Amino acid sequence: MAWFKKVRKPIEPPADKASRVPEGLWVKCPSCAQILYNKDLTASLNVCPKCAHHFRINATDRLRMLFDGEWQEHDAGLTSTDPLHFHDTKPYRDRLETSINATGLQEAIICATGRLHGTEVSLAALEYGFIGGTLNAAVGEKITRAIERALDRQLPVIIVSCSGGARMQEGALSLMQMAKVSAALARLDRARLPYISVLTDPTTGGVTASFAMLGDVNIAEPKALIGFAGPRVIEQTIRQKLPEGFQRSEFLLEHGMLDLVIDRREMKDAIGRLLRFGMVRRTSAAAPVDADAVPRPTPETVPPVS
Amino acid sequence: MPTELLEFEEPIGVLLKEIEALSMLPRTAERERSIDSLRRRADDIRGQIYANLTPWQRVLVARHPSRPNTLDYVERLFTNFDELHGDRRFADDHAIVAGAADYKGEPVVVIGHQKGRDTKQKIFRNFGYARPEGYRKALRVMLFANKFSRPIVVFIDTPAAYPGMESEERGVAEAIAFNLREMSMLEVPILVVVCGEGGSGGALGIAIGDRVLMQEFAVYSVIPPEGCAAILWRDANRKVEAAEALKITAPDMLALGLIDAIVPEPRGGAHNDYDAATALVDQALTQALDEVSEMSIETRLNLRYDKFRRMGTEGQAFVDVQSDTASS
Ligand SMILES: [Zn+2]
Repeated sequence: MAWFKKVRKPIEPPADKASRVPEGLWVKCPSCAQILYNKDLTASLNVCPKCAHHFRINATDRLRMLFDGEWQEHDAGLTSTDPLHFHDTKPYRDRLETSINATGLQEAIICATGRLHGTEVSLAALEYGFIGGTLNAAVGEKITRAIERALDRQLPVIIVSCSGGARMQEGALSLMQMAKVSAALARLDRARLPYISVLTDPTTGGVTASFAMLGDVNIAEPKALIGFAGPRVIEQTIRQKLPEGFQRSEFLLEHGMLDLVIDRREMKDAIGRLLRFGMVRRTSAAAPVDADAVPRPTPETVPPVS
Repeated sequence: MPTELLEFEEPIGVLLKEIEALSMLPRTAERERSIDSLRRRADDIRGQIYANLTPWQRVLVARHPSRPNTLDYVERLFTNFDELHGDRRFADDHAIVAGAADYKGEPVVVIGHQKGRDTKQKIFRNFGYARPEGYRKALRVMLFANKFSRPIVVFIDTPAAYPGMESEERGVAEAIAFNLREMSMLEVPILVVVCGEGGSGGALGIAIGDRVLMQEFAVYSVIPPEGCAAILWRDANRKVEAAEALKITAPDMLALGLIDAIVPEPRGGAHNDYDAATALVDQALTQALDEVSEMSIETRLNLRYDKFRRMGTEGQAFVDVQSDTASS
């Protein structure tokens, strides 16, 4: 069953102009062909105001969109050592270098803590511009730390996926990150802390087959490609073209794999509501209270541990 | 046990043909001696070849049609095997077998991928490519073991999870993900033996264990070498280089800290001597089971967590080039 033959997938996804937000004053929507003023597009979170086409956004914009204001980034300096000394048509080190320069990030993810509608959350967003947002040892470590941080501080976790899966250039080290992150999510689950998985275009391979599918709530943006095997691999297996809409958000919703498909412009409010559901047990049952307004025990009032 | 020879075993093939030719002639004391000496030479050469296999050659050994598979080990290592079928959701996946059995007289659960040997079996087993219901059946049977405090033994031998339409429709990614999460929390000992192909997520989906053992010539990979070559080299024929680069062999996996131990194979590979291969697996399993069974549940779960937590460590796979906290 040589399903892998004749795969012509390029190494780095082609500069997918259709989905990226182009530079310049005016932008043509690839879906409805409407000419859009770039500032208007930014104001609508890079969703076409006319047809609701979702342009792909980077991890920093994702954080900006979900946090109330400032956030604190964690583990920003984690970077791959190229543990396998991997070399294909060019050295993996060069690919890393290119991505570091292009994104200003050391790895394909940003992890941060901050407030979302007043609730402090541990949030991780994958960066597709960094080797396709792929999962390697550093990315797996950063996500695991983000989950462990949430466990320590009793915070909900939000992971925004945008990834081609496990990163081949780190071999089975990448594969095992699926296990590592999932085990951390098991602890979060048992601690009854909420985990919201946000799936964006594209979310495939080992990322889908680990943390992206493990949310208490799995939310996708409209028309995102979400799957395990890539469409080309499936087409080679079944030797026919896949139907329109296969492995898109709406298809997964229909097949019971997603809780919600939500427009990016509604995303933050929806997450806020679900967090309130997930966190209400540990705060007061009444309306959300600003944590700073709650009197904290002073050292003198804390009963001694016996 | 005469089995098909792989391409790189050609030097052995030449000797085997000579032996065969001599055996056809009337027996004399001298001929007997020649045959004996040829046999010894064939054995030596086999030993030399297998001591120096390239990663790609190991892939071929791991995929060898005569390589002992899950049911071969079940037959030789376990008694009273009762296969348990179905995921109680959709179907019974024949690419993963699961059941209750006795190991050294103690009840355990055995689970493993099954590729099938002849054409009919291969089709029945879907060539070892499991669908979502296979992963869900596996977890269901693991929960059965967990409920009655019985250890779990898993054999890994799959090219990949099945990359077909129905797999996506029924959520193969969710099935694997859920297993990864839940297996990390099962209270009973879990022993994993990678006995053939450890094909990426399709393997990992039932391979979370307190001890992950790997047979000497088995392979474990994030992607099949052909697939990696097709994507990164844009040429599936560069699989030999891809196999090398991906570090998929048992010694590589041990050096990277991704498996716990290597189970040696008889000279010429497990397919060359089923009983010897089984005895070596038996020995490794017994030792691992003893070690892991002694632990309290809490210790076992913490050690299991820590083991996977340490895969890809600071210094080994990544470094921190700046101190924490750069605020926005
Ligand atoms: Zn539009």
